[in-house]
Amino acid sequence: MRRALMLSLAAAIAAAAPWSPAKAQTEDPVAADFDKFRAIMEQANPAELFEVKGEQLWKTPRGPKKTSLEKCDLGLGPGVVKGAYAQMPRYFADVDRVMDAEARIVHCMITLQGFKYEDLAKRPFSSATKTPDPVSITTYVAAQSAGMKLAPSQSHPKEKEAYETGKAIFFYRAGAYDFSCASCHGVDNQRIRTQPLPNFTKPEQAIRAVQGWPGYRMTGGVMHTLQWRLNDCFRQQRFPEPDYASETLSALLTYLTANAQGQEYKGLGIKR
Amino acid sequence: MPDPMKIRATVQGDVADVRVLMAHPMETGQRKQGGKVVPLHFIQSITAQLNGKTVFRADISQAISRNPVFAFKVKGAKAGDKITVTWKDNKGESRTDETTVRGGS
Repeated sequence: MRRALMLSLAAAIAAAAPWSPAKAQTEDPVAADFDKFRAIMEQANPAELFEVKGEQLWKTPRGPKKTSLEKCDLGLGPGVVKGAYAQMPRYFADVDRVMDAEARIVHCMITLQGFKYEDLAKRPFSSATKTPDPVSITTYVAAQSAGMKLAPSQSHPKEKEAYETGKAIFFYRAGAYDFSCASCHGVDNQRIRTQPLPNFTKPEQAIRAVQGWPGYRMTGGVMHTLQWRLNDCFRQQRFPEPDYASETLSALLTYLTANAQGQEYKGLGIKR
Repeated sequence: MPDPMKIRATVQGDVADVRVLMAHPMETGQRKQGGKVVPLHFIQSITAQLNGKTVFRADISQAISRNPVFAFKVKGAKAGDKITVTWKDNKGESRTDETTVRGGS
């Protein structure tokens, strides 16, 4: 039954919008097939369910203070969501630090709605049975920047500082395996099993740190954001896990996003 | 209340291509969490209506994935028509969402 549905779905998509081979980013035939599979799956991405849910959460008065997030300033003015994700991480004067999208959303949930950081940080990542609210909200916010060029601001001294801090974290080798992010992501043509790893030090590949996130993971059917992605990278390196929505992660995201400056963000992704 | 569906319906000629995303855990009754089996919880029936007339009906099982996607074609639809989709699960919960058929590009 499921197979029949998938086939009819695939056929319908093939008829409606033929996949363009120009989309393949690599000449490796295996990777090209994965790209093709992903392109088909993107046509009906369950991530959109979390976008819908996130939009509701954004607009509904919630939390101890019973307010919505519609006064939340994501950098383009209170309540402006469109295009905000593509311009983060950025410096926010009210907190005097650089914040990435999810960190800013968490900040708004705390200041506007009265949630507690400790509660939000207790179980910040999605499981089979629960998707935390900040994940859905980040998904909604990110989707409103689909098709826009990445333009994280790099004009404020704190933004430049965050970039340099992020860069230092990226190249910092430590832990049981004596690993750094750069061990895998600072060299060309690395891979883990069949998964080719992008070299984030190169602008044309750095986009892949941002592209496809927030993403829906078909294995287990869970929605994940970049906060989870970075956390899991540290876990795999056997590093201590960074604090949720911390300055550390905002700095690392600043480094990764600024390296991909000017490239198009395609919106929500879907993963194997 | 269950989370909303996302329905997209685009018409090409007189055939509408309908794609439905449903938010549902679709528990198989096989998975364990903390040593306990997570009870069966799955969508049993799906009905789609075009302007109130049933055009698609499916009885499905727990073999379908979490957050399932359904795609089907409806003949005789035109831009502006209403497509309504309803699902019911084995716990008696249900959800209905509606969309307007859009003209194809």
